[in-house]
Amino acid sequence: MRGRARVCAQARPGRSAFACLAILLAAIATAVGAARAQTAPPTPQSGSQPASSWNPPVMDDPIIAHILFDQLEGRTNGPDTELRWDGQGWIGTDWNKLWFKSEGFFERGRMTDGIQEMLYDRPIPFLRYFDWQAGLRYDGDSGPPRYWGALGIEGLAPEFFDFEATLYARDAGHFAARVVGSYDILITNRLIAQPEAEMLFYTKADPARAVGTGFSELDAGLRIRYEISRKFAPYLGFAYTGAFGETADFTRNEGGLAVDPRFVFGTRVWY
Amino acid sequence: MRYENSAFSFKRAGLTRRRFVQGMVAAGVVAAVDLRSWPVLALDSLRQQEILRGKHFELTLEEVAVNYTGRRRIATAVNGSVPGPELHWREGDTVTIAVTNRLREPTSIHWHGVRVPAAMDGVPGLSFPGIAPGETFVYRFPVLQHGTYWYHSHSRFQEQTGHYGPLIIEPAGADPLQYDRDYVVLLSDWTDENPETVFANLKQQSDYYNFHQPTVGTFISDARKSGFRPTLAERLRWGAMNMSPADILDVSGATYTYLMNGATPAANWTGLFHAGERVRLRFINGSSMSIFDVRIPGLPMTVVQADGNDVDPVTIDEFRISVAETYDVIVAPQAARAYTIFVQAEDRTGFARGTLAPAPGMTAPIPPMDPRPRLTMVDMGMGAMNSTPGMKMEDHTAPAAASSMNMPRMIGDMAGMDMGESLRSEPGSMRAPAASPNGGQNGAGRDFGATPFPQPNPNTPLAGAPAIVAAPQPPEPIALRLGPEVDNVAQSPSERLGDPGIGLRDNGRRVLTYADLRARYRGADPRPPEREIELHLTGNMERFIWGFNGRKFSEAEPLRLRLGERVRIILVNDTMMAHPIHLHGLWSELENGHGDRRPYKHTINVKPGERLSYLVSADTPGRWAYHCHLLYHMESGMFREVVVA
Repeated sequence: MRGRARVCAQARPGRSAFACLAILLAAIATAVGAARAQTAPPTPQSGSQPASSWNPPVMDDPIIAHILFDQLEGRTNGPDTELRWDGQGWIGTDWNKLWFKSEGFFERGRMTDGIQEMLYDRPIPFLRYFDWQAGLRYDGDSGPPRYWGALGIEGLAPEFFDFEATLYARDAGHFAARVVGSYDILITNRLIAQPEAEMLFYTKADPARAVGTGFSELDAGLRIRYEISRKFAPYLGFAYTGAFGETADFTRNEGGLAVDPRFVFGTRVWY
Repeated sequence: MRYENSAFSFKRAGLTRRRFVQGMVAAGVVAAVDLRSWPVLALDSLRQQEILRGKHFELTLEEVAVNYTGRRRIATAVNGSVPGPELHWREGDTVTIAVTNRLREPTSIHWHGVRVPAAMDGVPGLSFPGIAPGETFVYRFPVLQHGTYWYHSHSRFQEQTGHYGPLIIEPAGADPLQYDRDYVVLLSDWTDENPETVFANLKQQSDYYNFHQPTVGTFISDARKSGFRPTLAERLRWGAMNMSPADILDVSGATYTYLMNGATPAANWTGLFHAGERVRLRFINGSSMSIFDVRIPGLPMTVVQADGNDVDPVTIDEFRISVAETYDVIVAPQAARAYTIFVQAEDRTGFARGTLAPAPGMTAPIPPMDPRPRLTMVDMGMGAMNSTPGMKMEDHTAPAAASSMNMPRMIGDMAGMDMGESLRSEPGSMRAPAASPNGGQNGAGRDFGATPFPQPNPNTPLAGAPAIVAAPQPPEPIALRLGPEVDNVAQSPSERLGDPGIGLRDNGRRVLTYADLRARYRGADPRPPEREIELHLTGNMERFIWGFNGRKFSEAEPLRLRLGERVRIILVNDTMMAHPIHLHGLWSELENGHGDRRPYKHTINVKPGERLSYLVSADTPGRWAYHCHLLYHMESGMFREVVVA
């Protein structure tokens, strides 16, 4: 599938969740290694074996592993610069994939806004380009950790729009939704402008995590990357994060910016 | 290590030059991997393939180092060379080929287009378990045909890494073709990348190797040419399907170096001639993923053979050769000058090049590549072509489409589907030779077709007078729905055998089409088909999943044919790419309007949005492979097992 982009939630102070991220990345790396091993040629067989034990003539359901960091960047407004990552990875076959999503900020030695997801992914029958996904979301940062159940879709909408929509639920009747969209504008085949936007919605306030009800956050950006190779593309761009309603109040109370435009510079990489 | 440089026995036409390896110009096999010393043998442009003749052959698979691009890479070589040695067999002989595997993985050799007993076909998993490392497998079978063929690995991606070579079968009698010189022109594609990586890249981003997608720039230039609104409408129309008119070949010159007889364009393979001679060129497309357009500027070519079977001579300027096809042409250069053999990839991202010259070292200009083609809605099966030049639909004795017009279709507006009308066939009946036993319907004919028919030849018996026979059993309806494995269903696929295909239409040159191929001799099996089988070539470009009828190999049951059965296979290409479909073990008799002079082929290229049919005599029992010969399509599932029993 085409590369997908996600944008971040708003920057917020938080406590380190590095351990969690490290474990997740280690899991992905291990999985990737396993996948490479599994695509190795089959073991030799003796000619005396019955036909039923032969390997199939083609192996059309290989296990493939993919890691994409759509955002691996610095975001700066002059005095203040933060590091941002937003990536996805998957491992699996055409029909069954384990999907990972990871995003967060790193600023002055602290990781903030870390959202990690681990999902089962499967193509939706009768749709060409969309998968459904179900699994867990873990919010780990300065606020208290939150665990959500997640159910969503991800895929390619008509006219090549990358689109992602996920519903989350957790204890005490908290529901949330996240919608992400992006589009690749090919200025040339290597110089690509990518507008993208992410919106977050919550049904109940969670003051401990500075989350209000309703449409709480928007992160929108425009990045122009140059694909030196498909797998390595430095970029420059602009990102706008905005907090709305109650969330804006919480953010301001914590000393954050409800409206936070920044220049971004980074590299899109995949493996 | 057995390898020695002296093992090479190159037949060199002209000066023998030894050169140290110099990047691309002296590209080729460098040395066996385990050879610690620096390579001493370089290959020059006059290098000819090692030729092995006789009845007994010994072939060894091993890894060798090669250098086509300036970087040393490991290739899979047959007897130390890429391509492998040119094998010469003789029709009527029984050949034995002992194949020794000195690789670290299983291997195999498939004799492409050669009719052999199923156990000798060389497909691991169907014919045999494969040849394990260190093992020797002995192939032994009678050779019952002649012509130009090739051989290659059927194990994973070894074909991409060099495991292929030419196979010439000389006729038992006199060759009806007159020529003074004879050259194999084996075309292939080389990548410095590991093919497993290429495959994984395509699975992760299907347009990974396509750097010619429509851009803002092409939008502006198109809008200037044809107006803003039509351009926008066209963009939106493709976008609505999430498809691109620029998806011609999945793997492009972005990673491929195109080779002619193992030589890069810079190395310039050269075949020598004297002015006035007739030169036979045996073109073989041994590439993994590249469809080529071949021409020799200034020199018309007369096509005399296709897929090893003689055809009535047809003189053309250019022909398209899909993966795994072979075409033999005869050229007669009258001037003592050099001619460039110019072989563009269909997507115009690169070319292979060689030279025909009266003396070594001569070159001719290399023409610029043609404009990059774009797919149209016709190629998506969204509308019929206005004309099918060269296609004589009136004498289309086989109502391929007509008899299946009644089949239910889940998707698609059939109003636009009009090719059945032009066939002028009477519903429910067809003309067929009376003398032919109608397979299996009476005692006398029961065994007819259960032993291999001979390749069409001058002695093929004449068929009797035509009579009315029962219409074949129509194909089973196919319920195709869009989904993860089907990104398009052609709404009105068209019969376009007279269409040379994208990038070749109206280019001012005489371009060969399938409608031009008329077998030189009558087909050996005069029976009409008893049954029709319709298969859709399907896929999801974005997910890089390919298959037949919406299913990958691993999800599908084998296709079963009764031994002796005569069937018509109807292929409908629902995808936006051409697929060279190769049926092992049995001939594919293309129904292209030439009556009983149907050309016998082993690989049939089905253009995007095209519908065509061919007849098959299930005359050899066994488990056979049936697949798209684009290597990464095959490995992603465009493969079926055909069981003849």
